[in-house]
Amino acid sequence: MRQSNGYIVFYAALLTIVCGGLLAYASQALKPAQDANVELERKANILSTVMVLEKGADINGIYDSRIREVVIDYNGNKVDKKAADVNTGAEYRKKPQDRLLPVYEFLSATDPNKVENAVLPVFGFGLWNTISGYVALEGDFNTIKGVNYAHVGETPGLGARIASADIQNRYKGKKIFDGDNLVSVVMQKGEGFDYSSDPHKVDGMSGATLTAKGVNNMLQEYFGCYLKYLNKNKSANQQASL
Amino acid sequence: MSEVAELVKEEKKSEPLFSKKNRKLLSNPLDADNPITVQVLGVCSALAVTTQMKPAFVMALALTVVTASSNLIISFMRNSIPSRIRIIVQLAVVSLWVIIVDQLLKAYVYDIWKQLSVFVGLIITNCIVMGRLEAYAMGNKPWPSFLDGIGNGLGYGLILLIVAFFRELFGGGSIFGFKVFEALGIQYQGNGLLLLPAGACVIVGLVIWIQRSINGYREAH
Repeated sequence: MRQSNGYIVFYAALLTIVCGGLLAYASQALKPAQDANVELERKANILSTVMVLEKGADINGIYDSRIREVVIDYNGNKVDKKAADVNTGAEYRKKPQDRLLPVYEFLSATDPNKVENAVLPVFGFGLWNTISGYVALEGDFNTIKGVNYAHVGETPGLGARIASADIQNRYKGKKIFDGDNLVSVVMQKGEGFDYSSDPHKVDGMSGATLTAKGVNNMLQEYFGCYLKYLNKNKSANQQASL
Repeated sequence: MSEVAELVKEEKKSEPLFSKKNRKLLSNPLDADNPITVQVLGVCSALAVTTQMKPAFVMALALTVVTASSNLIISFMRNSIPSRIRIIVQLAVVSLWVIIVDQLLKAYVYDIWKQLSVFVGLIITNCIVMGRLEAYAMGNKPWPSFLDGIGNGLGYGLILLIVAFFRELFGGGSIFGFKVFEALGIQYQGNGLLLLPAGACVIVGLVIWIQRSINGYREAH
């Protein structure tokens, strides 16, 4: 009887239903905790571009008190939307002019109206899959304070290095404007060169030139999207300092 | 007289939970029948997750849970499983546990879950789990099967921790993230080779060598 086809089909069906039910239950029961982790990671990624997060730091607390979420459109005007509701990956499929662009403004600890850094989310394609990240600009809206890149499927040891601090630190202090022209920051081909004197170039990743190209395109495109916002704040800043 | 006879009979029927035979199930895989160094199973993940002690520890824990619970369930089901689809049934049970463990890790130890990434999922295809199901749980009672799963998980974990200890200490200069050399005031330049998979190969090889020279292993000709 144990070898009859009917028994085998019945056994397989029962097993499938029981296993499926258990998995569905586990997935539902654990979802809130998992979502909280993903959200915490997003906040940590944003904060890591502007400050060094100690282990065990109160990420939610710092985020809530220091980050002001703003959503703007291509013309740099504020849009009445929540940054958490804007999916940068989904916006990427629209034309640049139609995209909703979140800005995470890092406020001064002493003066809650003073924007110390602006953190811009960026999105693009690497070699194998999508890449994304956050770029933090100094108060001059020109100098890069820090970056944080993430990837989905770049090659470990090659393109995946964009997620390492070693690569990300190379962007610190670089400038995206030359005078009034947007030139972005371009990762070069080849590794081991010193670009410390050139504010628009960073050392490349050996064996991952195509991922680097993806990063370059991503930065160029998104700085373009944010250009009007950046220009507005840049000139406002210059007037304030005059 | 008859009372004594009954007592003896009773004892024969229910073997104590930790009889000598059952203890052997736990201790054998630690040394003489170790899944990694003797059976040479599950080496892939042993190379991949041992750059630091913490992920190695969590991986060992995850594999122990999966092996023990899969062994237990399969052993309960062993008399009803149609032999023609037994591998698929085993696989379904193993996958069930692996996904549950993966989801639990994602919910409660997110950073370690990210570090372990695909390797928890790959426990499904870890030869140790399937090997124990096929070789032990299909033919033995639930309790010994459960112990066998725990034993093999521990045997795997022991090697993982030994390898991770040397890799983290000499590759990164720390143990469980604690900077040992810094605390001792010694300048130490981490050995990059140990952090690469090749470093793990070397250490696993050394462990096998040491173990074989102690146990007197001889290659069968």
